[in-house]
Amino acid sequence: MYAYNDFDTAFLATRNAQFRAQVERRVAGALTEDEFKPLRLMNGVYLQLHAYMLRVAIPYGTLNSRQMSQLALLAEKWDKGYGHFTTRQNIQFNWPKLSDIPDMLDALAEVDMHAIQTSGNTIRNVTADHFAGAAADEVEDPRPIAELIRQWSTDHPEFQFMGRKFKIAVSAGEKDRAVLKAHDLAVRVVRNDAGETGYQILVGGGLGRTPMIGKVLHDFLPRADLLPYIEAVVSVWNQIGRRDNKYKARIKITVHEHGLDDIRARVEERFTAIRPTFEGIDQTLFADIQEHFAAPDFRDAATSAFELAYGSDPLFRSWADTNLSEHRAPGYSIVTISLKKQGDTPGDASANQMRTMATLAKAYGHDELRISHEQNVILPHVHKSDLPAIYAALREENLHTANIGLVSDIIACPGMDYCALATARSIPVAQQIATRFDELKLEHDIGHLQIKISGCINACGHHHLGHIGILGLDRAGVENYQITLGGDATWEANIGDRAGPGFAYDEIVPAVERLVQAYLKLRQGADETFIDAYRRLGLAPFKAYLYPEVRAHAA
Amino acid sequence: MAQAFTPKVVTANALIEGDVIYLTEAGEWTRFLSEAVLLTDEADAQLRLLEAEQQPGAAVGPYLADAAPGATGPQPTHFREEFRRTGPSNYFHGKQVETTASHSL
Repeated sequence: MYAYNDFDTAFLATRNAQFRAQVERRVAGALTEDEFKPLRLMNGVYLQLHAYMLRVAIPYGTLNSRQMSQLALLAEKWDKGYGHFTTRQNIQFNWPKLSDIPDMLDALAEVDMHAIQTSGNTIRNVTADHFAGAAADEVEDPRPIAELIRQWSTDHPEFQFMGRKFKIAVSAGEKDRAVLKAHDLAVRVVRNDAGETGYQILVGGGLGRTPMIGKVLHDFLPRADLLPYIEAVVSVWNQIGRRDNKYKARIKITVHEHGLDDIRARVEERFTAIRPTFEGIDQTLFADIQEHFAAPDFRDAATSAFELAYGSDPLFRSWADTNLSEHRAPGYSIVTISLKKQGDTPGDASANQMRTMATLAKAYGHDELRISHEQNVILPHVHKSDLPAIYAALREENLHTANIGLVSDIIACPGMDYCALATARSIPVAQQIATRFDELKLEHDIGHLQIKISGCINACGHHHLGHIGILGLDRAGVENYQITLGGDATWEANIGDRAGPGFAYDEIVPAVERLVQAYLKLRQGADETFIDAYRRLGLAPFKAYLYPEVRAHAA
Repeated sequence: MAQAFTPKVVTANALIEGDVIYLTEAGEWTRFLSEAVLLTDEADAQLRLLEAEQQPGAAVGPYLADAAPGATGPQPTHFREEFRRTGPSNYFHGKQVETTASHSL
């Protein structure tokens, strides 16, 4: 993976020293809060309900054991012993003191990490397929592109004070695991009929108060055109995007109001103008970056230890069936470590858990870890013969929950337990739903079902894309939860349908249970997943179970 | 017709710790809502808010939050303020851990 060069290290040291001085001036009274706020946001420092929050970028969700161990150190030394992994593959620390944050940033810099552009109206952390470099279905590892975009966008002078934030995702798989169509701009690595690798560009996706599915802006860009083309897109939007209303400032609204063809024409014009200024240094850089992402030396070994454990240990078998994915190398697996133990907070990991995962990555995983937008941790390269040992070590730290893709593998934003923007809580709703289905012992029978919960309309919890989406709102001073159905976060992306009136805090878990019971009654067999059944049947039959009193009334 | 004024407290976050603080009768900051001054007069509330805004070294983002009188001092009338005075519901962290022993900043 990418390691900082002298330039990166010097840049970060300078930024951290600047921020340390800014914090000192704020504390000394030389800067007002109005002056300080944009400075702290540029460095990932938010002020939340109960404390400051530091959001640390994990570029394209990739980190090594040293970095994960350092996150554990931060959690223990300056926070309350845990961190929260987010839907943008970042980590958030919920309790730092303002005066400690410069030291935290210096500690991050020791392992090539920072919090720059994790907030503010800039190009944010580039996200990627969490199986990148390991998935059996990908054209090539998309992370060199993600790293190239990261370097280009970091401190890019044209894009530091835009009308709104800008989020980019990158993927190269046949399956979309990076929610490409919900991003301002997405790069999909593709191969054309001539066997050449290039990029399909999507634009104008996004969730929030006006959810939109991204559209194809360019079908196939040659490699050398990627950066100038992205720069042209962001530049066009930065010029014509609305600044009069923050809810209409994202590029999805610009695309919607101007039309895709108009945007494409403007981008082409801008691209033609700036293309000659890209004289090839980006391609030299790209070649260098690619070397950092060379595939590990996969070993050729027997997998009999795996088969023995699989045949003899039903708990291991259940975990293997749920948490392993197909790897491109023979004898290897991708391991997803669930941060969704039923009843726990989705996406949270304690310092000890982080250290365990770091140790396992170092010992068995070619020193690589990933964070998924689904708020789990991945060991992307594990030889199958090591899986029994990994499972045993995960058990020691309560990291062995076998629920990936199941009803308790819930995405939830921090909600009103932490977030100053939230209108209702999401974490306790997720905890209660997961606990309830665990009690019912129905999880594995229900099969693949994605529940996604947001505590406000900004949709950090991707509720629009959940098979069952839950949105927490403030209705006349009381928490109220709206349900959407039929959302989809894959390449078949779809915004869920609003089911009807919302539910009170103490009604939402029973409502979800009724929906799932409805699915179990309505499905054509165990092979028909919730989303397939919903697509076949539509909203009406589910609604009848969701609102039984209305049904009784009509009868 | 203008809406009738409802009682308020002045609240903010502490500059260094970032935690929730409230203005007291004496114009100092406390970490406990029970020790906050409940402002029943609109003009007085606006003055108290101005007073708070002039202490950027102690308080970040002061505002007036609705509150109601109670046996143990002001009580929140909205769930957001209830969470702010208590702490998160997923861990026993934040305000709920601190003792109720009165102390000011």
